[in-house]
Amino acid sequence: MTVLKRQKRTESQYMKLLTVNQKGLYCKQADVYLDPWKPVDTALISHGHSDHMRWGMKNYICQEQTVPILNLRIGAENNVRAVAYNDPFEINGVKISFHPAGHIIGSSQIRLEYEGEVWVFTGDYKIVSDGVSQPYELVKCDHFITESTFGLPIYNFPDPHEIYEDINTFWRKNVALGYNTVLLGYSLGKAQNILAHLDQSIGDIYLHGAVANTNEALATIGYDFPGVRITPENDRSKIKGAVIVAPPSASDTPWLRKMTPYKIAMCSGWMQLRGARRRRGVDKGFPLSDHCDWQQLNQAVQDTGAKHVYVTHGYENNFSKWVSEEYGIKSSIFKTLYNDEEEEVSE
Amino acid sequence: MRDFVKLFEEIDGTTKTNQKIQAIVDYLQVAREEDKVFAIAVLTGNKPSRPAKTTDLRLWASELANIPLWLFEESYYIVGDLAESLSLILPKTSAEADYSLEQIITEVVRLKKVTVEEQKEVITGYWNHLSGTSLFVFNKLMTGNFRVGVSSKIVVKALAKYLDKDEAVIEHRLIGKWDPFTETMASLFESNLAEDKHFLPYPFYLAYALEGDPNDLGDLSEWVVEPKLDGIRGQLIVRQNDLFVWSRGEDLMTEKFPEFAKLNQILPDGTVIDGEVIPWKDGHALDFNVMQTRIGRKNLSAKILQEAPLVMVCYDLLEWNGEDIRTKPLYERRALLKAILETYPLDNILILSEHKQFANWEEAKAFRENARVHFAEGLMLKRADSPYEVGRKRGNWYKWKTEPMSIDGVLIYAQSGSGRRANLFTDYTFAVWDQEQLVPFTKAYSGLTDKELITIDNWIKRNTIDKFGPVRSVKPELVFELAFEGINLSTRHKSGVALRFPRILRWRKDKLAKDANTKEDLLDLIKQKP
Ligand SMILES: [Zn+2]
Ligand SMILES: [Zn+2]
Repeated sequence: MTVLKRQKRTESQYMKLLTVNQKGLYCKQADVYLDPWKPVDTALISHGHSDHMRWGMKNYICQEQTVPILNLRIGAENNVRAVAYNDPFEINGVKISFHPAGHIIGSSQIRLEYEGEVWVFTGDYKIVSDGVSQPYELVKCDHFITESTFGLPIYNFPDPHEIYEDINTFWRKNVALGYNTVLLGYSLGKAQNILAHLDQSIGDIYLHGAVANTNEALATIGYDFPGVRITPENDRSKIKGAVIVAPPSASDTPWLRKMTPYKIAMCSGWMQLRGARRRRGVDKGFPLSDHCDWQQLNQAVQDTGAKHVYVTHGYENNFSKWVSEEYGIKSSIFKTLYNDEEEEVSE
Repeated sequence: MRDFVKLFEEIDGTTKTNQKIQAIVDYLQVAREEDKVFAIAVLTGNKPSRPAKTTDLRLWASELANIPLWLFEESYYIVGDLAESLSLILPKTSAEADYSLEQIITEVVRLKKVTVEEQKEVITGYWNHLSGTSLFVFNKLMTGNFRVGVSSKIVVKALAKYLDKDEAVIEHRLIGKWDPFTETMASLFESNLAEDKHFLPYPFYLAYALEGDPNDLGDLSEWVVEPKLDGIRGQLIVRQNDLFVWSRGEDLMTEKFPEFAKLNQILPDGTVIDGEVIPWKDGHALDFNVMQTRIGRKNLSAKILQEAPLVMVCYDLLEWNGEDIRTKPLYERRALLKAILETYPLDNILILSEHKQFANWEEAKAFRENARVHFAEGLMLKRADSPYEVGRKRGNWYKWKTEPMSIDGVLIYAQSGSGRRANLFTDYTFAVWDQEQLVPFTKAYSGLTDKELITIDNWIKRNTIDKFGPVRSVKPELVFELAFEGINLSTRHKSGVALRFPRILRWRKDKLAKDANTKEDLLDLIKQKP
């Protein structure tokens, strides 16, 4: 019987290219931060959600489609360097490139290569395509930093096409019963994902201001989403059998009550659980997610070929333990300040 | 089962009573004839108990999902519901099949009697062919805690609509613990009750608590006022020379009351009496605890029978000479009842409920305040010309209980006590119903005897669903009457109410979880405050 000894190479033999400090995920060699949560000199931004793209950085480097979102959310007066997908650049010997993460428009995995070692930070991502954002691209690496928002085996989402169909069926049924249909989804990402798959032959589409603002920003780079912004000037009596797309924070507000009578649904991966649906107090929950589910996370971890996995926001303890037990891959936890949930926009 | 699953989804997806009723009617119109009785059984909470151990279910599902047990447990912790957790982790099937509800429930019952190996084979077999809500419903039936968000009233309304019959008729026919394996839609709803089901009781007429001032009820002379006794509401039936005693919980309790055994030889066939079964000695009722010593005993020794002799305090006559007289006015029914009790040699086993004569409502109030002194827990107020109605109805009958306020809660969490009781689960959290969910509303400790505590501790250890640190969640089965001095609205509590000085008054072994009070009842108590 031969005993295979695992190759011993301790972490201390070389400096880690990426570490976590109190400001964020830090690359000392290039002196840049990835999605930092405190002001720094240079920030590489994975995508435009508020827990990843924060205010106060001297220099922002992000994928070009994230720029209009940055301008909308933290102002146009910043130093922003826009980069294309798959277009590497170097900072102090570190080769840096952005690759599609499939999470929302502009979302990127950030790849860093130094002395033959490749690190990939996923930001937020999903492998299934939403038909709106550039689909996820597999990036081989040695060190893989993954989110774990839905990193438990209870989260296996249905095929999104089934969900789009269910949403349209829900809408159609509500029209027949004389109701408006309110679809709650984050104003950046989920809203566009929904809008791109609504069957416009069913009825009119209206937008909450936060969604309309995002769409207008994205229109500057060529995106065209359906829907009319709701303003105080709108004749509310004409909004009948319509869909209204609004952020979750709009539920239970006087703004929304003016759309009565309506049926309301939440679109989020969390809707996979009955308890979450009940707590939301919605008529229906559609488990439409912009994050990887359990299967996708496992697929990514295996396909990247990484020998070391670092798990960030989500069920990081459980997912990390699972990865090391199941695949024999070294796995640790990166404690970050990214939220477990996606941004909540309150207007 | 797909049609039933669709029904479940529709009921689950709405809070509107009318939509729930319509969903049931729609289901009944398309379902297999044989499935209908099973669906009605499940909807009214008459469902088979869990056939397999939950630890086995967890293990088998983890195996199928290719995950270690610890990961299942972590997931279950997040989901909070076993059936749902199982459904979510099981691999998606590529060979979905449809089964009849009858087949599934037949399996659940059969699986109770087979080996663990066979259980595993059968259950995992179904798992491999079910998905989505079907899988969830299957697992709910498998874990024995399936609850559909409808009250039996809704089911009755739907059946009445579907069968084009009176709600009262439906309610009457659904009474008692009927068996979906032996009944058909025809035997349930079309049979000749008097001949085929002479054992069936009438649906009980239940009183609402009196809110507000009795002076608003009008002239006292129009009311029959009786002491409200604290026994077991029962219906005594003599038909075809047989005797049956039913409890309000629709349990057949004839065997538990040997005192009544000879009544079928004394009373004529076609007699049905409504009254309170209660221990009685020296001309008055004994404490409810005395009754408790008798309930649940298999063998009634001579000693027990002597210590806790039972009578029925009769307050209504529902059937006489085989004729249903429930629509006659109460004063007529009472007069007839009185005559019967005086005519037949009943040897004080059946006693006429006392019609209290008060000069005015103020006198009645005074009696109520001191009802305990008179071995009663308050007063019953019944309109003298009222018919005997079906179910809980407002207007003609009221119960007017003495303070303190009390409420029946379901035990859902337990924690071990301190000091002398450190190794016993003595600290309980109780819940009331909010729609189909149990919401915790209070903790309470004192009030039980040591012996009861040990019994309950034992029960808790055998019926734990989950452990959170020192706290155990237990099967929602045991009902306790909780007394308290005050009640207020509270935002800090999940139930929305806070109780002052809650204590356990007693263990209501005569009640099932579904009989516990509701959140609405709690809120009503607040509204009633002077
Ligand atoms: Zn994000
Ligand atoms: Zn994130």
